[in-house]
Amino acid sequence: MQYWNQTYECMSREEMTRVQTDRLINTVKRVYHNVPFYREKMQKAGIEPSDIRSLEDLQKLPFTYKQDLRDTYPYGLFAVPLSEIVRIHASSGTTGRQTVVGYTRRDLDTWAEVMARTLTCAGGDKNSFIQIAYGYGLFTGGLGVHYGAERIGASVIPISGGNTKRQLQIMKDFGTTILACTPSYALYMAEEMEELGISRSDLKLKAGVFGAEPWSNGMRKQIEERLGIMAIDIYGLSEVIGPGVASECPYQCGMHIAEDHFIPEIINPETKEVLPPGSVGELVFTTITKEGLPLIRYRTRDLSSLNYEKCECGRTEVRMSKVTGRTDDMLIIRGVNVFPSQIESVLLELGETAPHYLLIIDRVGNLDTLEVWVEMTQNMFSDEVKCIEDIERKIRKELEGTLGISAKVKLVEPKTIERSEGKAKRVIDKRNI
Amino acid sequence: MLVKQISVFLENKSGRLAEVTRVLGDNNIDISALSIADTTDFGILRLIVNQPEKAEEILKNNDFTVSCTSVIAIAVPDRPGGLAGALDVLDRESIGIEYMYAFVGKHSQEALVILRVENPDKAIAALQNSRIRVLSSEEVYDL
Repeated sequence: MQYWNQTYECMSREEMTRVQTDRLINTVKRVYHNVPFYREKMQKAGIEPSDIRSLEDLQKLPFTYKQDLRDTYPYGLFAVPLSEIVRIHASSGTTGRQTVVGYTRRDLDTWAEVMARTLTCAGGDKNSFIQIAYGYGLFTGGLGVHYGAERIGASVIPISGGNTKRQLQIMKDFGTTILACTPSYALYMAEEMEELGISRSDLKLKAGVFGAEPWSNGMRKQIEERLGIMAIDIYGLSEVIGPGVASECPYQCGMHIAEDHFIPEIINPETKEVLPPGSVGELVFTTITKEGLPLIRYRTRDLSSLNYEKCECGRTEVRMSKVTGRTDDMLIIRGVNVFPSQIESVLLELGETAPHYLLIIDRVGNLDTLEVWVEMTQNMFSDEVKCIEDIERKIRKELEGTLGISAKVKLVEPKTIERSEGKAKRVIDKRNI
Repeated sequence: MLVKQISVFLENKSGRLAEVTRVLGDNNIDISALSIADTTDFGILRLIVNQPEKAEEILKNNDFTVSCTSVIAIAVPDRPGGLAGALDVLDRESIGIEYMYAFVGKHSQEALVILRVENPDKAIAALQNSRIRVLSSEEVYDL
């Protein structure tokens, strides 16, 4: 079995607890003294940094929410002077307000380290050719995998997303051995391969690291069969660091969390109590080495469970199960986080549409599609087709600008979208994940 | 001289057209001309009826999206080239036609046509100057 960092990946529980405790105590002190937001929150809860002496004490600390990042937009939760920040990423958020994350030089080093572990899990080493088809840019996917791939000394092919024909040509010509992208895109590539007459034997592909969206074991099986590879599930979110937070090993039985950097907890999202290992609940992370944006008990809204048993691969790091859902209404469409409220605010800002809409998400040929139904109103209506088509186009453009993904807009007759008492049904997700 | 036309937004799904005409029929509204503009997702039904205000109100009460537009009704000789003569007049005046459609029934030796143009008043003056008969709204609603 290959490890990137055997010391930490295979550390005994006692040692890991010691490492985590030291780092947690340090982190709490740091945020208390450097981030007014955390200091106020802790003071309100009547907690001093000196109250945190063991991992059990973690439960005393207040949670941090995505909303806190928005409220302190853009840099309010940073714990170092901005001159120490060497990289900024952002993820989409509701009403156009993004979640901004900043990295110090050491954070980038940590990120490369944890991502190197992930790629090693997938069999990557200096002989690998890693094709990164995650988007590069503010999204953490592309650059996150990139630096991890460089760290292990692999040959990096930074192709970014899109242009499938070219992806496949390069995969074939350059001898790609590991593919990094969303699972749905991997499956789409497999289909296109058949179209283009490229067979599995033309490729040197051995493994793929797939994440950024939920996928099932059925989908894994399809990808593995059609591409002839091992498909590794990876987990990460930009707030915590990006890709590299957790990864499956070749035994594919849960994702090993880089616990020496991120302490996971599973809580009951309603009562907020910490649940014992094996229980399904909301995944909460505390970062214990990050400098730029340390997060204390960050509510991911992802549902998962933790397994502390030793894995056959030899790693002792706790394993998180595949994410089975969300505790909020966030949708992941083509790897992009979408909140229905974002769509609502676009429609309200346009002012022409009633706030009655329906989102229909489907997976056609393994690619997610988003259709937005909007009710026609008296003041939007015209006797001329081109005026109505202009409105459709305008809505589509605004949605694309806000969400970062394309959507089909369908205008429907008034009162045809179901009204319900209480919580409106705004989303129909036809995907079978 | 301007005639009121009722436009109705229709989703492309079966039964919608029947529904509009049933609602109008039940309320004794007579349709004398109609046209449908359709795209892949939706259609616009345009109607000339005997009581446009009443029709608009009834359709709105039945949850249809409705708008009322002013159009011109003209009568042209029912023979080859009859319509061309009228359209030439508008062309000479550089008046663009958004859309047009013909009446369902027949009116003596004339063919009746509905025109939606950019500048209706200018169009009416030009047509009348060229001795093309423009129908009054009363005349149209009585058809």
